[in-house]
Amino acid sequence: MSDTSLIDELPGELLMWVLIISELLVFGAGMIAFMGVRLTDPVGFAEAQSHLHRTGAAFNTAVLVTSGYLAAQALHWRQAARRGAARLALIGAALLGVVFLIIKGTEYADKAAQGIGFETHPFFLFYYLLTGFHAAHVLAGVGILLLVSWRDDPRNIEAGAQFWHMVDLVWIMLFPVIYLLG
Amino acid sequence: MKYESQKIAYAYFAVAMALFAIQVIGGLLAGLIYVFPNFLSELLPFNIVRMLHTNSLIVWLILGFFGAAYFLIPEESEREIHSTKLAYLQLIILVVGTLGVVVTYVFNLFEGNWLLGKEGREFLEQPKWVKAGIVVAALIFLYNVSMTVLKGKKTAITNILLLGLWGLALLFLFAFYNPGNLALDKQYWWYVVHLWVEGVWELIMASILAYLMLKLTGVDREIVEKWLYVIVAAALFSGILGTGHHYYWIGTPAYWQWIGSIFSSLEVIPFFAMMAFAFVMVWKGRRDHPNKAALLWSLGCATLAFFGAGVWGFLHTLHGVNYYTHGTQITAAHGHLAFYGAYVCLNLAIFSYAMPILKNRDPYNQVLNMGSFWLMTSGMVFMTFVLTFGGTVQTHMQRVVGEYFMDVQDQIAIFYWMRLGSGIVVVLGALLFIYSIWVPRKEVIDAGTAKTPAE
Repeated sequence: MSDTSLIDELPGELLMWVLIISELLVFGAGMIAFMGVRLTDPVGFAEAQSHLHRTGAAFNTAVLVTSGYLAAQALHWRQAARRGAARLALIGAALLGVVFLIIKGTEYADKAAQGIGFETHPFFLFYYLLTGFHAAHVLAGVGILLLVSWRDDPRNIEAGAQFWHMVDLVWIMLFPVIYLLG
Repeated sequence: MKYESQKIAYAYFAVAMALFAIQVIGGLLAGLIYVFPNFLSELLPFNIVRMLHTNSLIVWLILGFFGAAYFLIPEESEREIHSTKLAYLQLIILVVGTLGVVVTYVFNLFEGNWLLGKEGREFLEQPKWVKAGIVVAALIFLYNVSMTVLKGKKTAITNILLLGLWGLALLFLFAFYNPGNLALDKQYWWYVVHLWVEGVWELIMASILAYLMLKLTGVDREIVEKWLYVIVAAALFSGILGTGHHYYWIGTPAYWQWIGSIFSSLEVIPFFAMMAFAFVMVWKGRRDHPNKAALLWSLGCATLAFFGAGVWGFLHTLHGVNYYTHGTQITAAHGHLAFYGAYVCLNLAIFSYAMPILKNRDPYNQVLNMGSFWLMTSGMVFMTFVLTFGGTVQTHMQRVVGEYFMDVQDQIAIFYWMRLGSGIVVVLGALLFIYSIWVPRKEVIDAGTAKTPAE
């Protein structure tokens, strides 16, 4: 049967793909809803957007992409039986995830200091929902990366890297949609 | 029947079917009150009838799940149930509790008593002693089946079934918290009801369906398990945060509108997957099982659950739509087809499969059983359409034009008459089902003759 062989050819864990597709559907729907609501109030959204830290977010993009590169290298190194290098790369990837969270945290703290919350404007409702949900995934991803650096079976590392690339990909879509497009 | 203790299921199924009869008769009475508003208004007011209709539904479905667990766990674990006595004790506690609720409710006994009286709630309304009894019965059940599975063979089907049943029991604990604030009361109520029917019950449904597919189609266990895991992952991913679709208008923060809309829209996926699963298994299956009625109920379950829970749920789950349709007959349309498709058909499928085995005879009288499927299903589908159209008119007149509730009710009376008609058909179908399971004895049908295709 063609459908079973297609699933068998899938690299990595089937359930991880189910999770990744589900996550992309959720973030995709959230971004579409955000852009839809923005059409009803372009001026208000542009004004609200001007309160964001674009430089910090751009820097965070570089941090996450570098981290994703390290996670991908870790799998190559592990497959080449370089366990030590793979472990270091995974820990490095997790540390960059922590750097991302620190930068994001300072941005949230700054918003809170300005008195900006969920109810301030629909823009911020989506801002907090989408980036907050993403940050929760970064936190989970850091845990997963550390877990697979410890239990470093190549299949585990592959699943961890799959998840981490999804977190990466979501941010690469969130960054332009929320921070740049006006 | 391979294991003696599977016989426990017989008693559970019997009580479940008796309550099923009470439930549909309660529905019939409620349907009559819609068109004759003073019917029985002194003896059995509408709120009591409605409570009987919905609560007996929940109780008989759960009794059916318990029976299904006692039936399939010995076969899956390849050993007898840990304690037969405890299983019957559990059933007795549940029956006494159920009767206690009905009697307390109908005659309003012990009014104001903390332990014995009503709690004055719209939902999760049982006297405290009954709630405690339910917890004791649940603990007995979990102990009994978990011990059986732990000592026996572990399969994906029993693992998922146990996960679902543990979730069912633990989530019920929220029923003990009764805050004075009505909005909070609702919030916790959904922790029980939503996380049941759109969370852990889906795990129970998927595992029982997987068991039936395994037996009826003869597909490899490995394939069934792969589907099962994907369905369960999709159900939990969408269902847990999907609770947000109950938090649009009860005073919870506005972000629930988007969380609820997005996640609950994805709840259609596990139901679609279950439908695809059932049909793919039948197409791939090489076994021509003689119990055609059980197969019909299984496929009907997966299909009607997709439409009732999936499509009709999505119909009014987006908060922009729900702003208008909330609490209209659209909700009733969804509620009826979703419960019928997902959980009633599932139970009737396992009854149809298990009862001939429990009675130690061939799958008998399939014609009557299958006739009852088409009777009940056509009645229920017609009722769903009637309530959907009635609800659409109601939504427009009441929520868009802004007419008064009771004026609109008069305008849509024709739909209530048609709903009563379809309800009568459903009741006849239900009684025919019960008759076909219990009464006829003689008919014996030949095992299938289709040959195994060359590999």
